[in-house]
Amino acid sequence: MEDSKSRRKKKVLLMGKSGSGKSSMRSIVFSNYVAKDTRRLGATIDVEHNHVRFLGGLTLNLWDCGGQDAFIDNYLNSQRDHIFKHVEVLIYVFDIESREFDRDLITYVNCVEALRDNSPNAHIFCLIHKMDLVQLDYRDAAFQERSALLRKKSLGMEITCFATSIWDETLYKAWASIVYTLIPNGPILERHLTAFAEIAEAEEVILFERTTFLVIAHVTRGGVANPFPDRFEKISNIVKQFKQSCSKMASNFTAFELRAHKFSAFIDILTPNTYILVVMPANAAESTTTLMNIATCRKHFEKLEVIDKAVGK
Amino acid sequence: MEDPSPPLQSPTPSKVSMQNGLVSRVRGAPRPRLLLQGQRRSGKSSISSVVFHKMPPTETLFLESTTRIQKEPVNLTWKPLMDSSFMDFQVWDFPGQIDYNDGTFDLETLFGDTGALIYVIDAQDEYLEALTRLHQTIEAIQRHNPAINIEVFIHKVDGLSDDFKLDTQRDIVQRTTDELADMGLDGVHINYHLTSIYDHSIFEAFSKVIQKLLPELGTLENLLNGLVSNCRIEKAFLFDVLSKIYVATDSSPVDVQSYEICSDYIDVVLDMTEIYGYDRGDLEVSTVEETKSSIGSSEDWSLPDQSSVMKLQNGMVLFLREINKFLALICIMRKESFEKRGLIDYNVQVFQQALEKVFELHR
Repeated sequence: MEDSKSRRKKKVLLMGKSGSGKSSMRSIVFSNYVAKDTRRLGATIDVEHNHVRFLGGLTLNLWDCGGQDAFIDNYLNSQRDHIFKHVEVLIYVFDIESREFDRDLITYVNCVEALRDNSPNAHIFCLIHKMDLVQLDYRDAAFQERSALLRKKSLGMEITCFATSIWDETLYKAWASIVYTLIPNGPILERHLTAFAEIAEAEEVILFERTTFLVIAHVTRGGVANPFPDRFEKISNIVKQFKQSCSKMASNFTAFELRAHKFSAFIDILTPNTYILVVMPANAAESTTTLMNIATCRKHFEKLEVIDKAVGK
Repeated sequence: MEDPSPPLQSPTPSKVSMQNGLVSRVRGAPRPRLLLQGQRRSGKSSISSVVFHKMPPTETLFLESTTRIQKEPVNLTWKPLMDSSFMDFQVWDFPGQIDYNDGTFDLETLFGDTGALIYVIDAQDEYLEALTRLHQTIEAIQRHNPAINIEVFIHKVDGLSDDFKLDTQRDIVQRTTDELADMGLDGVHINYHLTSIYDHSIFEAFSKVIQKLLPELGTLENLLNGLVSNCRIEKAFLFDVLSKIYVATDSSPVDVQSYEICSDYIDVVLDMTEIYGYDRGDLEVSTVEETKSSIGSSEDWSLPDQSSVMKLQNGMVLFLREINKFLALICIMRKESFEKRGLIDYNVQVFQQALEKVFELHR
């Protein structure tokens, strides 16, 4: 019992130097803040625990660890076991503008060491953050340099690096792939989604988590490749922006339908935890047909989530 | 984009009227022009960049100061309207430094075809000097072309608290009224708008300014009123999609919220169209190049009948329908009224045809 509980409760550590943007990031992804509202956030004191219900069965247990030196000492020494045990994912945030990168690196290595001792199977994600402050031409070079250095210093643990900024969609890209590693049934979902896309003759089907609008799974069919490889996080961003303006009216959107000349797109609620985006080629099917298809597969995906819960137990 | 505009100080001001007035003279109708004026650094170029070039507001920090008159390509945005001769605008971004009152300008040319003067005042700065200039400008206008609408944008109010905003506005209105009374210009009507490029207020202010210059506004409003009452729509806007200015709305009062949600809705539709509106390869090869170059821009709107529906949790439905190349109709209505969708589609079609007739009439 205890075991199954912990399996569905995923502990995620969010660490990094003070002021590197951990809490801002968390507020945008999980609490529907807009980027400019994060100015209001104060410094995080000690550890802030957040339980984010994600995909019904799954709960993200997000530990937002304040990054001031005194706290970090504390984590590494007296609270070492408490903090670093049972960690599924460590997200370490680096400020690209930081003047003392070497010092950041030492703290990072200490944290990784503590993690290796306590939860050797954890994934590490390094986010090189505040990329918007670097000139466009230098961004890639700066990112490559930092990530190469980090890889060397990670004591042999597997790490994934992302360049992020709260001002554009790179944030969603990083978080979508973090979340993907946490979902137990990702491949199953993808398989069923592919089947659905085949039946509905859709060009592209994307599954989003409901509150965060992060991409969980996507299927692309059809001949011509989309010129936007980063479209998934772009869509997350677009929809999140609109949700923000809906919230000004104390509302939220439930369904969206767009019939353009070259395609039609439908966004609809699929299960209590997910939204689905279906893109149909032009003149492929009447829009009501597609809506019917979505309604029919709704039951199936709901069942899928229930089964998943049962398997978890 | 940047039209090499002849500096107005040139001794042959007729050049200016040649370029700007030629077409209109052929047509025999005056061509309204928007003049953007204000002290330097008051935010004039930022305004025209944000409204007419879709520049993100944060990037306007890097704009250089304007040293000569720039004729903004609003005529680009409004091109289809120009084709139908329905509306025809130019924004002249006027450098803050030029003292146009010293007699080197041909004020006749400057103000002759101008439909509205937008005077931008930086509310975060000392504005007494700006006011003095405004009063001089008004005086000059009264001498040359009293028909010009005078619109004062009290700008950069995003940094001010709500109370202070209103205080500033009151102060500016009071000073201007007093000053004009002293000059003996009591009857001059001035409109004041509180604006900021960081929210929707600048678009709203521009919408109001431009609507006043539309001779067909009454007709459009009547058409919209008819549509609204027959389809039980709560609010209908006719938007210029690219600038997100609304050209007309029905006669019920506009609340900021519904304008904002409509304008954000346009963003969603445009962005989605940009992402998925790529060429699928089933068109002829010759059109591929064209489509590529114009993804997200006008081309996607060029074919008729693009439409979209957004359902909200509180039972409201947003309905968007492309009217012509650049105009889109957006309606806000209750879910219950949207049930007979076929009827609404038909009504909108009738409305669309009526609009076409209005445009044709002015050709």
